[in-house]
Amino acid sequence: MAVKMDPIHQFELKPLVSFGHIGHQNIAFTQSALYMFLAVGLIALLTIWATKSRAVVPGRAQSLAEVFYEFIGQTVHQSAGHGSERFVPLVFSLFMFVLLLNLFGMIPYAFAVTSHIIVTFMLALVVILTVVIYGFMAHGTHFLGLFVPPGVPGWLKPLIVVIEVVSFISRPISLSVRLFANMLAGHIALKIFAGFVPALLAAGVWGILSPLPLALSVAVTALEMLVAVLQAYVFATLTSIYLSDALHPGH
Amino acid sequence: MAQPHAPAPLKEGIIHEPASEHGGGFPPFESSTFAAQTLWLALAFGLLYYLMSKIALPQIAGILHDRQTRLSGDLDQAARAKAEADSARDTYERALKDAQDKAKGIAQTTREQLASEAETRRKSLEADLATKLAEAEGQIRTRTATAMSSVREVAADAATAIVERLTGQAPERGAVEAAYDRVAAPRPLSVH
Repeated sequence: MAVKMDPIHQFELKPLVSFGHIGHQNIAFTQSALYMFLAVGLIALLTIWATKSRAVVPGRAQSLAEVFYEFIGQTVHQSAGHGSERFVPLVFSLFMFVLLLNLFGMIPYAFAVTSHIIVTFMLALVVILTVVIYGFMAHGTHFLGLFVPPGVPGWLKPLIVVIEVVSFISRPISLSVRLFANMLAGHIALKIFAGFVPALLAAGVWGILSPLPLALSVAVTALEMLVAVLQAYVFATLTSIYLSDALHPGH
Repeated sequence: MAQPHAPAPLKEGIIHEPASEHGGGFPPFESSTFAAQTLWLALAFGLLYYLMSKIALPQIAGILHDRQTRLSGDLDQAARAKAEADSARDTYERALKDAQDKAKGIAQTTREQLASEAETRRKSLEADLATKLAEAEGQIRTRTATAMSSVREVAADAATAIVERLTGQAPERGAVEAAYDRVAAPRPLSVH
């Protein structure tokens, strides 16, 4: 069979412009970077160009931008509460960026930027650094009260503090791995199921079974669309919840 | 580790690092791409955050705020207009009620006036009629009296004539009248 069945192949970075190496690091402008800037351009188009007429009665694109803005504003307000308005641009940027990159990944032959752990980890790091830096700036050492929940008996405190610290440190890891693993697994599953179709067709009489994996591919595609949107939402919601710690550490 | 002087490992346009302790050929774990990806991510996301926080979101928030202001302004105006309409309706209803009351009053006084006029006229007519009736009754009474006295004379004449014819001699006038009185007195003539 000449059909390429390698499900990992789709995650390879293809350099469009190479800048050589710095030590071990291969510095290149890849298709991944291109998709990132495409996403930024599309988001800017939707939120800036489509709303520039400032219509009181919005058109389709403007009302879409408004819907996204109000949705994120609501999510942030519900999760992070009072004073969270300053973080709306960050959560909005994260949500739109992840959403667009996830959805780009659903286009056949396109590349899913969020299936690379370094990308999702860096985004999660932005969130956690924001929480830590803002937390210390706004509350000073009171921010450390985050690790000491009120109403815990004295002898239990050391243990609880250790658990809280570990749980805090694991946040960027869980935040990034959740998104990365979802996108990676989804695209691998899609590729494998879709790969069965030509494989069966090439296997003579077994070809009559090929509609089965085809139907499955369609179903998995629908599921992956859902996952793409849902993971962006989960990322934004968790970001809001973590930011709520920076705003109100003494809850 | 890649060879320091190896040419850029481009094979069929694909980064193909030799399997190392970091990646093992699995692209997402290919640590040699991390710096570049982080760099482009920082540039792209930094640009996005700048555009969103400085241009896009203030613009959208402004649109929503303007719409809110305009809506509440319009609602206020509508409420004012409604209050005006209500007061206008109240004024109209008051005026209507006044006019109705006035009309009712006019009708009442007119009716009373007419009724009193009719009453006066009726009373004068009745008085008139009563006088006329009294006059007529008086006339009837005098005429009856006259007639009665005439009847006496005629009866006396007739009786005299009858007696004269029967006996051939005229009776005494006084005797005839006495006889008449004897016969007629117990049942006087009914006039009415």
